[in-house]
Amino acid sequence: MRGERAWAALFVGPAALLAGFYLVLPTLQTVYLSFFDRNSQALVGLDNYRYMFTNAAVQTAFRNNLLWLVVFTAGTVLLGLVLAVLLDRVRYEAVAKSIIFLPMAISFAGAGVIWRFMYAYRPPGADQIGLLNQVVVALGGTPRAWLIEQPWINNLALIGAGIWIWTGFCLVIISAAYKGIPKDMLEAARVDGANELQVFRHISLPSLYPTLAVITTTMIINVMKIFDIVYVMTNGQFGTEVLANRMYKEMFQFRHFGRASAVAVVLLAVAAVVMVGNIRRFKREEEMR
Amino acid sequence: MSRRLAPGAVASRALLHFIIVLMVLVWLLPTLGLLVSSFRPAHAVASTGWWTVFATPFDLTQYTLDNYRHVLFQDGMARAFLNSLIIAVPSTALPVVIAALAAFAFAWLRFPGREALLLAVVGLLVVPLQTTFIPILRLYSQWGAAGTFAGLWAAHTGYGLPFAIYLLRNFFAALPRDLFESAYIDGASPWTAFWRLALPMSTPALASLIIFQFLWVWNDLLVALIYVGGTQEVAPLTVRLSTLVGSYGQEWHVLTAAAFVTMIVPMIVFFALQRYFVRGILAGAVKG
Repeated sequence: MRGERAWAALFVGPAALLAGFYLVLPTLQTVYLSFFDRNSQALVGLDNYRYMFTNAAVQTAFRNNLLWLVVFTAGTVLLGLVLAVLLDRVRYEAVAKSIIFLPMAISFAGAGVIWRFMYAYRPPGADQIGLLNQVVVALGGTPRAWLIEQPWINNLALIGAGIWIWTGFCLVIISAAYKGIPKDMLEAARVDGANELQVFRHISLPSLYPTLAVITTTMIINVMKIFDIVYVMTNGQFGTEVLANRMYKEMFQFRHFGRASAVAVVLLAVAAVVMVGNIRRFKREEEMR
Repeated sequence: MSRRLAPGAVASRALLHFIIVLMVLVWLLPTLGLLVSSFRPAHAVASTGWWTVFATPFDLTQYTLDNYRHVLFQDGMARAFLNSLIIAVPSTALPVVIAALAAFAFAWLRFPGREALLLAVVGLLVVPLQTTFIPILRLYSQWGAAGTFAGLWAAHTGYGLPFAIYLLRNFFAALPRDLFESAYIDGASPWTAFWRLALPMSTPALASLIIFQFLWVWNDLLVALIYVGGTQEVAPLTVRLSTLVGSYGQEWHVLTAAAFVTMIVPMIVFFALQRYFVRGILAGAVKG
């Protein structure tokens, strides 16, 4: 076609300029800035990285991110899987799915307030106003300050809120894949005398592996950048800081742009691993079109 | 097959329903508690659990609108609501339009560097926004763009593009090839093919993308915090809410009402357009 290149430039130009300006260039610049001091004046080599891997507060953020990575990823994917399989067997599936998916539509800041309130604490003997402590008291336990007890209780409490938000996402995607498994395949196994657990273990689960892999990577990407929940619920106090919150603090509280950049580069490094995998997968899919 | 189930089967059905109902309650009750508390007077919220209203649910004297009056007009949530709209509408329209143009070129125009650029789009899907904040904020500060609506519109547009291009390009590429070839034979320009063919045939994908991007921007806290910070005249609901959490801490009658104000629009969008929202989610499982 005549002038096809000119048209293409016109169509792609604005997007390329904007993406280059807002994503590509600043990312490269951040990597560069991570080797400079707080005002980006003097080259400091690997000092910012040394600081990150030796400073106790940043170590805590690393540990928490790792805890999030394991518990949040496992929690959302497993719950999503279990719910997808269970809900497939009941008639009110659509309603139940909507309810579990709803937190995906609201802001994480809003969800943070919801869960701060769920975890609200009153001393033993007083009327509890937080639902979780009310349940604990009703079962004969003593109320706890869920967001203050370090290091495990409060971090797990935050992760619980995160799982509550993201399970619906995993559920919807896994459920779509689960419904795509040919029904006669499952039926044949049942006719051959396999029980439900065996059918799940040997037929459903293997067919879901690709989907589970995609979701797990998506969750890992999410969890590395987790920010809002921690910012709203504890603001990183009581040993709950994660890397994204640390970066925000380095930027606005300590005004150390070198260190803030170094934290960002660590997040980028994790994303880069996933990026390579995604690009490979995309290439493969394109070849099959 | 017999309609009567064996006792074992009945028990396992009962267990199945029990587990599911329990899970649904875990997902329902936190939001319900927020909603109920936002309508209770301050002293009641601070002294008794929200579930106590269900002893006499139809006793309307235990509910009040005071909390909403308070957060909307004294705590600036009304202003923040307006700001959220002012931010979200252009921040949805701009990336969708710009991405649609690019996606069309990626799907149906041949040009040098097309494959490489497309792979770059896929790569950019997972770049953490954190790696862009410092350089952009510095430029914004120099230009006076920090704390302005325009700065936020442009940033959301740039950040939203990779996903929007990816989603639309996949949809456009799946349209029948004959359609475009016969249009070109009839002398149509790429613009006509885009505007008269590709766009009208892609309304479901466009709807999904618009809803997804709108909710993304509406719910965004971090990007707004970075580029707008404490500027009250521009700050959206999420930023205002997090400020209130800082200043009110444990005053739940205020916080629950404020949180619900941030959630009302997404909830309406969700219940009215859930189908499209889910489709957007399914199409974008790799979104970063």
